[in-house]
Amino acid sequence: MNYFSFSPVELEALRLSLWVSFWALFISLPPGIIIAWILARMEFPGKSILNGMIHLPLVLPPVVIGYLLLVVMGRKGLIGSILYEYLGFSVAFTWKGAALASAVMAFPLLVRAIKLSIDNVDPGLENAARTLGAGPMRVFFTITLPLMIPGIITGMILAFARSLGEFGATITFVSNIQGETQTLPLALYTLMQVPNGETGAMRLCLISILIAMAALVCSQRLEKRFPGYVKG
Amino acid sequence: MIDIKLRKKQGAFKINAEFKSGVTGVTALFGQSGAGKTSVINMIAGLDIPDSGYIRVNQNPLFDAQKHINLPPQKRKIGYVFQDGRLFPHLTVKQNLSYGMRLVSQQERYVMFDPVISLLGISHLLSRLPRKLSGGEKQRVAIGRALLTSPSLLLMDEPLSSLDHLRKKEVMPFISRLSKEFSIPIIYVSHSLDEVLNLADHIVLMDEGNVIAAGSIDAIVNRSDLFSLMGGQDCGSIISATVETDNDAYGLTHLRFPGGVIKVPRLAVSKGSTVRIRIPVRSVSISLVKPADTSIQNIFSGVIEEISLPDSTFSDIRINIGVPLFSRITRLSQEKLCLTPGKTVFAMVKSIAVTNGSND
Repeated sequence: MNYFSFSPVELEALRLSLWVSFWALFISLPPGIIIAWILARMEFPGKSILNGMIHLPLVLPPVVIGYLLLVVMGRKGLIGSILYEYLGFSVAFTWKGAALASAVMAFPLLVRAIKLSIDNVDPGLENAARTLGAGPMRVFFTITLPLMIPGIITGMILAFARSLGEFGATITFVSNIQGETQTLPLALYTLMQVPNGETGAMRLCLISILIAMAALVCSQRLEKRFPGYVKG
Repeated sequence: MIDIKLRKKQGAFKINAEFKSGVTGVTALFGQSGAGKTSVINMIAGLDIPDSGYIRVNQNPLFDAQKHINLPPQKRKIGYVFQDGRLFPHLTVKQNLSYGMRLVSQQERYVMFDPVISLLGISHLLSRLPRKLSGGEKQRVAIGRALLTSPSLLLMDEPLSSLDHLRKKEVMPFISRLSKEFSIPIIYVSHSLDEVLNLADHIVLMDEGNVIAAGSIDAIVNRSDLFSLMGGQDCGSIISATVETDNDAYGLTHLRFPGGVIKVPRLAVSKGSTVRIRIPVRSVSISLVKPADTSIQNIFSGVIEEISLPDSTFSDIRINIGVPLFSRITRLSQEKLCLTPGKTVFAMVKSIAVTNGSND
């Protein structure tokens, strides 16, 4: 048994996993910050419905989310068909679809962490900035956003880790295509189905643990760079 | 010139404030906690919107309900020093100080960085983060930050209330120098009479959301109808006096006022300057004959002008000794001595009880 020499399939799965998770995070961060801000600071009718929808992926079986994505974003889906017809663009059965599935699944974790950090920003500081001559946008970018950074980092790490582990929604939405949608968990699952796949499976298992640990250490390092802000 | 008239309903609480105040100098917005003082200055700053009325600073309307004018806070040119400082925790002292200053164009700046830093004594703190500052240092930085926006009006919401006694003494002199050195009108919110007496020239008295009286301190503080609002028995007679001797052989300061000379434990004042002192009602006792052989140094004769009964146990006696002097004695003593308006009596003031705001 050799735990350190990866087969090309395994390397491809690792590369794809990091790639998919990166894009999942990249596309979900801006809307994540906006929606977290809306949930934290605005009052409007239907807020609880929005809140519920954001949190659905946390409580629904991932397979259900994958199926819904297929219905909505698939080539014949509600939005997917329009995208395909007018832009010639489809996410179904591509790594982009895998990234979308990961993003949707990780979104509640991201929003929750960021919302928590906004709740901790004292609106009094924002008011103080207003009296010093700053308009709402300047206040957001010079006061609110910098004070949210620890929460944003926590949210990003959580979301990235969740994306790496995504299985159910991905396999339902974009299937298990080697080199395109076969991420680490999917490759591990596939290896378990074939004879003599145990060593490969164990390698992928170990590398998963390694990445997860690295992510956690990374987040702790980063958070230390932003010392606990005390109310000034 | 500040000209304000505003109304606002907050649940069951109604604010109804109307007052004017001068071009320079400190105007105290005085009242008990919950009188609506902070609500009023929040509306002046634009952090809260009145239901009706207007706010004008130097004839510029910042808010006018009828003309549908409501400038956002960042356009009002009003500096605001908050009770809790509210320094930005992620910025250094220097970045905090220049946050608002950078947003003011060069031509409009009349408050410059260096004089403010030296006046407030914060030049050694510039590279620190706010959490490394003491309470008094934080408040001084907060004052500097508001001042550096070159505001046309400075609002201060109990800037000393979160500080302990020593820190108060540290910050107080800066505030009293501010309005003089930078000729900015200041509205100073406080519920501490001593602070107000020490700092303010004008006073706006608030109670339960309403402005009860406004005017110069000397005119307002000795009105007996406002006595309970000024703090009741914690209050006292407020007397303006000039320093005749700042430190005699016994460590006493002699102060001359229209009723004579009063000797008090040494005050940190210079000879010839004017101070306001407060004589607590409970430290004034009354005698029908001129007392001899007493430890009390300050004895003034005067005529009783008015007797009011705050409750069934005590009597508040107003004696005219050249200025009004209030004394609180028991109703028993009052009846025993047959004290009635028109009677001449001797008022005895314990030196040690007299304060001038900075030594409370």
